[in-house]
This record gives sequence, C-alpha cells and structure tokens, in this order.
Amino acid sequence: MRNVLVIFRKELHGYFTSPVAYLLLTMFAVVFGLFFWNALGAFVFYSMESQMRGQSFPMNLNEELIRPLLSNINVIGLFFIPMITMRLFAEEKRSGTIELLVTSPIHDLEIIAGKWLAALALYGMMLLVTLINLAFLFKYGQPDWKPVAIAYLGMILQAAGMLAVGMFISTLTKNQIIAGASTFGVCLVLWVIGWTGSYETATWTQVLSYLSVTTHMEPFSKGLLAISDTLYYLSLIFVGFFLTARSLESLRWRS
Amino acid sequence: MITVTDLTKRYARHTAVDHVSFEVQKGTIVGFLGPNGAGKTTTMRMLTCFMPPTAGTATVAGFDVLEQPHEVKKHIGYLPETPPLYPEMSTSEYLEFVGKLKGLSGDELAKRIDFVLERCSVADVKDKLLGKLSKGYRQRVGLAQAIIHNPDVLILDEPTSGLDPKQINETRDLIKSLAGDHTIILSTHILPEVEQTCQSVLIINKGRLVAKDSVNNLQNRARGAEQLFVEIAGRGSDVDSTVIQQRLERIPGISHIVFKEKQQNRSVFEIESHKDSFVRGDLARAVVESGWDLNELRPAAVSLEEIFLQLTGEPAAAESSEAPVATGAA
Repeated sequence: MRNVLVIFRKELHGYFTSPVAYLLLTMFAVVFGLFFWNALGAFVFYSMESQMRGQSFPMNLNEELIRPLLSNINVIGLFFIPMITMRLFAEEKRSGTIELLVTSPIHDLEIIAGKWLAALALYGMMLLVTLINLAFLFKYGQPDWKPVAIAYLGMILQAAGMLAVGMFISTLTKNQIIAGASTFGVCLVLWVIGWTGSYETATWTQVLSYLSVTTHMEPFSKGLLAISDTLYYLSLIFVGFFLTARSLESLRWRS
Repeated sequence: MITVTDLTKRYARHTAVDHVSFEVQKGTIVGFLGPNGAGKTTTMRMLTCFMPPTAGTATVAGFDVLEQPHEVKKHIGYLPETPPLYPEMSTSEYLEFVGKLKGLSGDELAKRIDFVLERCSVADVKDKLLGKLSKGYRQRVGLAQAIIHNPDVLILDEPTSGLDPKQINETRDLIKSLAGDHTIILSTHILPEVEQTCQSVLIINKGRLVAKDSVNNLQNRARGAEQLFVEIAGRGSDVDSTVIQQRLERIPGISHIVFKEKQQNRSVFEIESHKDSFVRGDLARAVVESGWDLNELRPAAVSLEEIFLQLTGEPAAAESSEAPVATGAA
C-alpha cells in the first residue's frame, strides 16, 4: 500500500509539473462551461415559455437540465481519457525509467495501481471543477442531489474502466502519440457501438450495445444505482488491470 | 556475493547469453568487457531481475533471481545504460522518490539522501531539474540513485559512455571509491577502463564467456615477451640505422628488432626480448659504449586491447566455441 502511494504521488507530481494537468482541467472546464451555459439558456427559455402558456407544473431541473447535461459531458469526458493515460507507461518505456521501476523491490500490481489511481485522481479533479457550475443550480433552485451524486458516481466508474484500458494500451508502445491515438480510437468505438442497439433487435447488436461504455451510463444518469452496470465497469477495470499486468510481464520476457 | 551458473538467455532467433558462469567476491570491482551486442546488458538485466533467464541460475547476496526476486532487488543498486531519470523532477525529489521505492523512509531516507548527494558530488544541483542537468551530472545522479539504499551489489551498465574525458575520470574515481562498501560489476567496451578501475575482468563475446581472470594475470598471460621502445641518436654525427641494428642484435636476450623510422640522426626501434630476461641494462650500456645517445627507452605496455582482440577475434572465438558447448551438454 505504501508503494502504491509512492507511485501515485510521483505520477500526480508528473501531471502537475508538466502542462498536462492544467491543460486538461482548463479545457474540460471551458467545454463544460459552454455546455452548461447552453443547457441553462435553453432551460430558462423553455420554462419561461411554459409559464406564459400557463402550464401547471414547473419544469424539473434534474430531468431537463442536469441529466442531459451530464450525459453529454460524460461522452466528452471519454475523449479526455487518452490524454490522461497515454504517457503512463509509454513515457517510462521511452526514457528507460521503466527499468528503475521494475528492478525496485515493489510488485508490478503496486506500480499499476499507483498509476491508475493518479489518472483517476486527475479525472476526479476535472469532474470536481464542473461542480462549481452545478453549485449555482443548487443556490438558485432546488434540484435533488441524490441522482446528481449517482450520475457522478457513474461517470467516475466509467472513467475508472476506460483509464484502465488506456493504461493497458500505453504499455504496448514507446510512443505517446500512438498510445493516445489508439486509446482515442477504442473510446470512440466503445461509444459508437452502443447506438446500434437502439434501433436493431438482433442478438449481435444487443451484444455490441452491451459492450458499449455509454449504454451502461443510462441507469446512473437516471439516478439508479444498478448492480449489473456497476459490475460492467468493475469488470472493465479488472480487464484493464489484468492486461496491463500481463503486458508488463511480457515486456520483461521480450526486451 | 554473486554466483552465476550456466546462465542462458535465448530469444526466438538467437541466443544472447550462452551458459555463462562466474563468481564475484565481496567488495571487488569486476569489469564486464565485450564488444557491443555481446550480451553484457542482457546478463546484467537477468542479475537485476529485470528479465528472467531461460536456463541456469544466478544468486545475488545469497538470493536466487528466480525464486526470491524481491530480496535480490533489495540488495542491488542498478544503473542502466541511460540513467533512469525523470526530467520533471529535481535531483533531491528524484532521490527521495527512488529511496522510497527501495523501501527507505523518514530520518533514514533524509540521511541517505544527504549522504549520496555528497558522495556523488551532486549536492550543488540538488534543486535543479534533472532535465536541465549536463551528461556528467546525470550520470552521477544515476549513480546516486543506485547507492541510495546502500545495496551490497552495484550493477553499472556502461557508466562512462557518452561522457567527456574529465567526466570519465571523475566517474571512474567515484566508482573506485565505492568498492569495499559495495561489490561492483560494471560493463564496458572501453578497455583502459577495465585496466584502471577493475580488479578482475570477465570477457564476453557473442554471448559466451571467453575469459575470466584478474587484470594482472591477464596482462601477464599476454605478455609472453617484453616489448621495448627505443630511440637512439648519433652523438653529433649521423649514424646509419643498420649499424645500430647490427650492434643491438648482438645483445643477448633480444629476440626481435623492428626498425620503425629515422628522423635526422635519430633512429627508432621496437625491440622484443625473451620472457624473464631483462635486457634493458645491457641495451643501455651497448648504446653508450658505442658512443651514441639513448634518447628514449620505455616498455611498450601490453594493453588488454591485445588480449581482448586475441580472445574475441575470429580464430580465438572458433577455438573457444568448443569448450562451453561441452560443459553445457554435461
């Protein structure tokens, strides 16, 4: 556990001494701000309209603003994953520091866990910045906080799974660009294959749809804590870890 | 301290290390010598548990590299060919990180950091970013990280490659001063380095160990005869080189004389004498008695270079290829 913390600190230090962390945090905050601004503008416009028409029940902040906003931003977040994971192992392999790590008296799993936790922490910070915008909704409205919390939990889980997959891809190459681009491709595919299930009912499209990372977000964005979808993300983390560990081991046999 | 038995590393197409066996005593510096691609780095990587051997065993500080890699890693300090530095860290941050990786903490860690900063003379750059350091400093920080946990064994892969002559000397002195506290294996393809730094030498070629001995023994072995370098000048007048050569040939013990060059009235010869016959006195007397000047008389040192070429050159490689295979089969 101590060793995990040592690696975790080193990675986080790496993110924050290079422009990576600041760039990602800024970009994500700007993008989220724009989405928020649009969503809020639309929400205010429609709720004014419905009031003027004299409709009896007011519009729901959770259902009509926060939920679509968060599911949009969840997809956007998917495309930040490669930028977080691409350097994790590729850079260590390129500069030769991987030799220091694997010849030190720590286990491979401790290296992997430390790096993954640091990546997750950075993603967590990106999400934390978005809470600033949501805080205004809580100040001027009364949205229910529980579905929001569950949606955020879902976003963290999805990121945790995809970060593990991205980490694995980063072990395959010395080149950060290749690692980043491949991870980007995988994220894109895992998002798009989910669309097929919505209009086709053949078994294979349902399987594809099941494999998509974004389909499993739906219950979370509705405020439902579904066991099966949580399990999906947990197994994604497990697969990512497993492949990373194997890849790290094979690095020793081959190099 | 280190025992290697029949260590072998095979890849799909070729064998990088082929039944290498040797032992290293505590507190000594051993030079691991061989041309590029001979299998030095592979052998070192197996000793540091970076990669497992295909066959054979190695124990470091009493621990087996396959069975107890964790213990081995605790007792080894390793400097790979390129120092494993993180450019975004400062020297002291980096040493702290490596120290923690190796299991140090608290006061002990702080003490060790101060110690290695002094020991490797990198204290003046302790707040500088590693990415901004010169090659010499990077190498020394690399050494500092290797000794941070006071390991029994130090494994240094080409520690002086890419340094300028001054830095090379500084690094060699540093390595020499580390012996005693640590058992050191250093690899190199530079021969004088072994002569200057190491007590014994392992010569490896094409994955096979072709020689293991102390540096002195190896030099003596190659020195079947003493070689002298002589410059003789006529006193005031010019002297024919052949006259000098004829006179020198009459000195007992001299087996071979090669006339090298003549400039004005100075003639230069290379003389080979039989082993154990010290011809230098006779030679000097003969020159002076003939009325010439002896401008220079020095032994042409036999360098490891010649031994090395003998051992790794094609004919030598063909000879030695029989033996290791035989031991491998047995």
